Parts: sequence; C-alpha cells; structure tokens
Amino acid sequence: MSDGDFDIHYVARLARLALSPEEERTLGAQLGNILGYIAKLKEVDVTGVEPMAHAVPLVNVTRPDEAGPSLSNEAALQNAPAKAGGLFVVPKIVE
Amino acid sequence: MPHRLTISALSEKLSRREVSAREVTQACLDRVSSVDGQVKAFLSVDAADALAQADAADRALAEGAGSSRPLLGVPIAIKDVISVQGHPLNCASRILGGYRAPYDATVIERLRAAGAVIFGRLNMDEFAMGSSTENSAFFTTRNPWDPARIPGGSSGGSAAAVAADEAVATLGSDTGGSIRQPAALCGCVGLKPTYGRVSRYGLVAFASSLDQIGPFTKDVRDAARLLTAISGHDRRDSTSVPTPVPDYEKGLLGGDLRGLRLGIAREFMVGGLDPEVKTAVDAAVRQLQGLGAEIVEVSLPHTEYAVAVYYIVATAEASANLARFDGVRYCARVEGADPIQMYERTRGTGFGPEVKRRIILGTYVLSSGYYDAYYLRAQKVRTLIQRDFNAAFEKVDAIVTPTTPTAAFRAGEKTSDPLQMYLSDIYTISCNLAGIPGISLPCGFTSNPKLPIGLQLLGKPFGEESLLRIAHAYEQSTPWHKARPPL
Repeated sequence: MSDGDFDIHYVARLARLALSPEEERTLGAQLGNILGYIAKLKEVDVTGVEPMAHAVPLVNVTRPDEAGPSLSNEAALQNAPAKAGGLFVVPKIVE
Repeated sequence: MPHRLTISALSEKLSRREVSAREVTQACLDRVSSVDGQVKAFLSVDAADALAQADAADRALAEGAGSSRPLLGVPIAIKDVISVQGHPLNCASRILGGYRAPYDATVIERLRAAGAVIFGRLNMDEFAMGSSTENSAFFTTRNPWDPARIPGGSSGGSAAAVAADEAVATLGSDTGGSIRQPAALCGCVGLKPTYGRVSRYGLVAFASSLDQIGPFTKDVRDAARLLTAISGHDRRDSTSVPTPVPDYEKGLLGGDLRGLRLGIAREFMVGGLDPEVKTAVDAAVRQLQGLGAEIVEVSLPHTEYAVAVYYIVATAEASANLARFDGVRYCARVEGADPIQMYERTRGTGFGPEVKRRIILGTYVLSSGYYDAYYLRAQKVRTLIQRDFNAAFEKVDAIVTPTTPTAAFRAGEKTSDPLQMYLSDIYTISCNLAGIPGISLPCGFTSNPKLPIGLQLLGKPFGEESLLRIAHAYEQSTPWHKARPPL
C-alpha cells in the first residue's frame, strides 16, 4: 500500500475531472496525507475474512417482470441541458 | 408560538382545532424570515406551496382525519438531497444547476400520506460530504447556540432548523454520522435507521451501502412517530427490507429500564474525547443505571480502523455514484470539443473541493493495481467491524457512547485539514459500516460557551424499538431536551 506512486493527474483523468495545476498540488498533498492514514489497515490480519459489500440480509432481489407506470419522456427530459426529438443531445461521438 | 411545539403536542392542538395547519405553517415561515438570516439553515422556501398544503390539511382536519393521519398539518422541512416533486434539488452543489425533481422520493410520498406539510430545502455539505456544512457550494449554516460555530454536517441545515424552531421536524440523511453528529452539536434528537429500514428511492446516492434517511426532532417521541411514518419496504429500492414496521411510538414504555443491558465500549472512551463531553456521558450512563439498566463493558476492538475503512468504502461508492453528473442529463453542462472534454469540464467546474477530493480518492482505491490493497482489504475489515458489534450484542441490548468527541467547533477551524475533519466522525462511522441503527439525543451542555452535548445509543439491526424506548426513558428523566438556543 505505497502511496509513493500516486499520480493525481492520471487518477483525475480516470475520474473525468478537469483539475487546475493548483488543485492538483493541493489535492495531491492532502490525499497523500489521507492515504498515509488509511495505510493503517495494513496492520489488520484479514486472513480468511470474507469481504462485506453491504449489511442487508437479502440476496437476488427481483420483482415480477411486468411493465408498470414510469416517468414520461417529457418529465425525464425536463432537466436536460440540451434535448431534441425526445432525446438528450450530446456532442458528436463518432466521426 | 405553535412552531415551537413538538409533533405530538401540535397534533393534539390541531385535532382539537385550537390551532390550524395554516397558522403553524405560517408561524414556521415567519420564524424562518426572522432568524434564518443568522442561522442560514434553508437554501430556499416555497411559501405559497407550503400554505396550499396547509389549507388542504385544514380541510382534512375539519373532516376529522387527524386520528388516522399522524402528521396531519405538521410542517416538516427536507434536506436538499431528497427529491420533492417540482422543487429544486441541488445537494448544495453547483453541478445540478436549476434542477427540479421530477418525482417524489418514497419518504416524501409517505410523509404526504401521513398528512405532513412539506416545505423548504435545507442546507448541507455538498453531496452530503462533510461534517460542518462548510462544504455547501452556497453558504455555511450556523449553530443556533453560537453563530461563530458550525452546526455539524452533513445534515447541518436539518439540525439547525429544528434547534432554531424553524420547522417542527426535518429529514436528513446519514452515511457516516450525518444525522447524529449535527443533532448532537445542535441539541436535538437525530436517528439513523438500520440499513434497509427506510427506502432510499429519491435520495441522491452518496455511498449506497451506507446511506439512510432519518428524522430530526425536538424529542424522542417525535422521532418514533416520524420513523414509523417513513419506514417500510419499497419495491423501488431493492435494498429496503420487508421486516414489518412496528408502531414505534407505542413502544415507548415509560421510565423503567430494568431487565435491559447497556454496553460501554472501552474503545470509545479514550483518545481525543473532550473532558466535558466525557463527564456528561458518564453522568448519562449513571442516569440510565438509575433507571434500572444494567451496565456492562463491551469491546469493539476494530473501532480504530473504522475511519480508514469508511474513507475507502464511501469514496469508492461515491466515485461510481457521482459519475452520472457528466453534463448529459442534469442541467449544468460546460461544452467541450468532444464528450470526454465536456465531462471533464462540467465536473471540474461543477464540483467543489471536498467532492473532488473524494472522487479522486475513490477512483484511486478502485483503480487497477490498487483494488486489492485498498478496497478489498477495507471490505474485509468492514466484516471484522460488523463481527465486533454482533459479538457485543450477544451481551447487551444497546451500546452507549458519546456522539462526538467535542462540542461544536468554530467555523473555519478544520477546513484546511480534511483528515482532522474526518476524524471528528470517529464515534458515528462504524454504525453505518455495520448497518445498525443509532440515535443521538441531548445529554448536557459545555459550561462556557454553553453548547449541546450528544449521547449516542447504538442498537441491534432492526432494534429501533429498544433504542427509542431507552432514549425516551433517559430523556424524560432529564431536562436537556427542553433547552432552547438564545435566538
């Protein structure tokens, strides 16, 4: 759990987050500090311990596959930054 | 002064027609006008909409519907992370722009069915990430007991509004203490239900395996009534659990705690615990003993790892949940040459520093080469934390702790050091990791300045009935819940 190779520029790219050079410096230093703190988990012996994803005593929750009422197209698009023809408009993806 | 009443006292007056829903709603709106310039709990209030609901409640009251609708005519304000149809929903962030919720959250549907008047959007830390409301993109809420101090967070507006009598009750959400910590710092009652007790449909997700919606109220009876109203299975939330919902208010049995065993966790009573907080909690434990409870020492040996586990699990889940704010669907968009640049610019402009910090951390702990060392290991330690609680609950009915290590801190005191801010949640975080219920209620004040101190009770999964019974017995034998800030 070394944080020596923490590359904030690379991680910000993965997170699709534009950061200014100043933000990269500040966040980088703060995150180095936080990673140093969470490295204390190395102390814990987790041999044979199952990971826990959530605390709900339920598995494979399903409901009958039946169509029911849902948001109208108009309501679903009411907050869209750009829309046309009942669809969200996005910048061109394929040349 | 009907806005100062508890839900139970107000309901009686409404049923007897001694006060109308319009009068109490107007009294809350007037109170917001007169004190919220100082408290800054509300991001917005739609007065006309609130009064229209109040008039509808008055018509129902005139027809005698008060006995079947336990919140009929009661004004309840909502944290800005829960969808109320047609109202703004910003999560105290810039990235949602002019977003208005297209539907009601399940908890809102349930409050409406019970007759509540839903009003106001309450300030919070952006996307519920923080412990002080200083991460709100709009402004910092102030502690009604001392405006130089923070109200706690992330549901700081929800706590401050109740403490300042701006609402009869409020809803908040709790991912690592965001209901209990501000309730403690503002001197009201705050309850985080068992994970799965309350539907999360219509709650904007921060960390899906930890988030729960819960009530802020002026006393424990009101918390019981509000919890009964919002609990229960919801087919639209696959993590809501179909365990029957008791009438929690009927479970409040009076002041006798004989036969109950309460645990004191030795790991919680050390470290940075403020001496005045410790003194108040020790006195509360003696009070509970005096009411007949047996006090037993228990051990939660993995407590010291809870904050580290939380800041891996919660940020990992947040980095995935907040991926949806990319400029395509939710109002704010900063154009770019291609979709990737649009995402990066929209998110870089729209999110504040704490949200960015957590998205980066969460992305890192999930990234290739680090997943096993951070995320998987944290999930395993989470199992050990849950096992600690399971073992403790074989010996005791509930665990008694301080809610926070100190009373409210000063605005600005911890903003430059995120890690110190995270460590202020040390007593509340493990409850969310284990998925158990927790309640905070007033147990005293610091001397100078006079600031509220919170007592936390942690219970077994779906053990809210016992928690509320213990909290109620304690509350009714002490004066703390009756104190009001000097506003």
